[in-house]
Amino acid sequence: MVISESASTTRILEVLKKVKDPEIDSVSIIDLGMVEEVTNSGNTVKVVLLPTFLGCPALEIIKKNTMDAIKQLPEVVEVEVEFAYHPPWTSDRITEEGHVNLRAFGIAPPPRHFEEDGSWHVDCAYCGSTYVTMENIFGPTACRSILYCKSCKNVFEAMKPVSTLM
Amino acid sequence: MSEIENGVTEASENKEAITSLLFQLADDDFLYAYRGSEWLGLAPHIEEDVASSSISQDSMGHAAMYYKLLEELGVGNADDLAHLRPAHERRNSILTERVNGEGFYMETPNYDWAYQVVRSYFYTQAKKVKVDSLCQSSYKPVAEVAVKVKMELYYHRLHWETWFKQLLSSTDVAKKKMNEAITRVMDDFGDMFSFGIQKQAIEKYKLIDSEEKLKENWLASIEPVFAALQMTVPTIPETLANNGRNGEHTVDLDEALRTLSEVYKVDPVASW
Repeated sequence: MVISESASTTRILEVLKKVKDPEIDSVSIIDLGMVEEVTNSGNTVKVVLLPTFLGCPALEIIKKNTMDAIKQLPEVVEVEVEFAYHPPWTSDRITEEGHVNLRAFGIAPPPRHFEEDGSWHVDCAYCGSTYVTMENIFGPTACRSILYCKSCKNVFEAMKPVSTLM
Repeated sequence: MSEIENGVTEASENKEAITSLLFQLADDDFLYAYRGSEWLGLAPHIEEDVASSSISQDSMGHAAMYYKLLEELGVGNADDLAHLRPAHERRNSILTERVNGEGFYMETPNYDWAYQVVRSYFYTQAKKVKVDSLCQSSYKPVAEVAVKVKMELYYHRLHWETWFKQLLSSTDVAKKKMNEAITRVMDDFGDMFSFGIQKQAIEKYKLIDSEEKLKENWLASIEPVFAALQMTVPTIPETLANNGRNGEHTVDLDEALRTLSEVYKVDPVASW
């Protein structure tokens, strides 16, 4: 007799923690708050992901890596991964652990608050100094900005804050 | 998910109006992103090159979403819709198809940065007015995408407004070039808020605000910037030679489509 056990959600989430952002390999899709829903019925697993930025070229790679990761669970037969636009991904979905892991990569996590004029401030990702200037609000990827720290004299990056209040 | 499905079901009656509006939004962003990408390596300085590329990439992502919504309505494959439709089937505004200046990207591009700044600023501001309205669209799938687009657009608008203000507060040469660019951009602005022959249906089903309301919102949105620069807000032309929303275009679009579809046509089944 074969007992087909359904994959436990805990085990699926464990595996998803190993799916990294292809462009920032210290953070996972869980850290980034991209995982909206995990449905697990019998041996079929369905994952709904939220895209960070719509034009992000890494999205298809993330989708494939997510499928591959879940397929490694022996109890899983079918995997379905899809992107949804509702609810919209916002930068406050990034977890506390995500903030730590972003800093480890040299990227300041997105600020939680905007100033009244819509601008925002982050501290240096390396030395924590608040004495920084914005070099370019657009960076090497759609989700990042480039800043300069006047204290430790390093160029660093920040994750752009995005919010439905914008 | 159930909301999206409901949206599609409701769509059966007003599908033509939805399809038409989605093509207008998709084709606008697609051509705008394409023209923006032609500045790669040519922008005035390295930081601008990074910013311009990022904005073009985001905008291409927005176009891709709208084409995807069309695909979900059974209109066709999103990549094919983007690459293979002939000029007379395109619904983009004339402004988005215009060349960046004289010459060709691969040969001797003699592009006009003032024109790119004015086109981008006016277009982005128009896009914001539309996207704000689309967030309340009766067609749920487009309303959801609009919420996403709006967040990214925040940074685009900020960027182009900064350039616009700075160049118009700069040297006499800069001011002259900018004012010439404003005239040229406004000459092509007549179909920016037009829904073409689908006007009645698009407005009736409350897919987006009326043409008149959008125009009014656009003028109001740029008014403070013009006031600060001590300039008069430009007038949106009432009569137009070509209405892109009805598939009437210039030769600039033919040239763009030939170039942008060249690689795609080499191997249409390749995975992108």
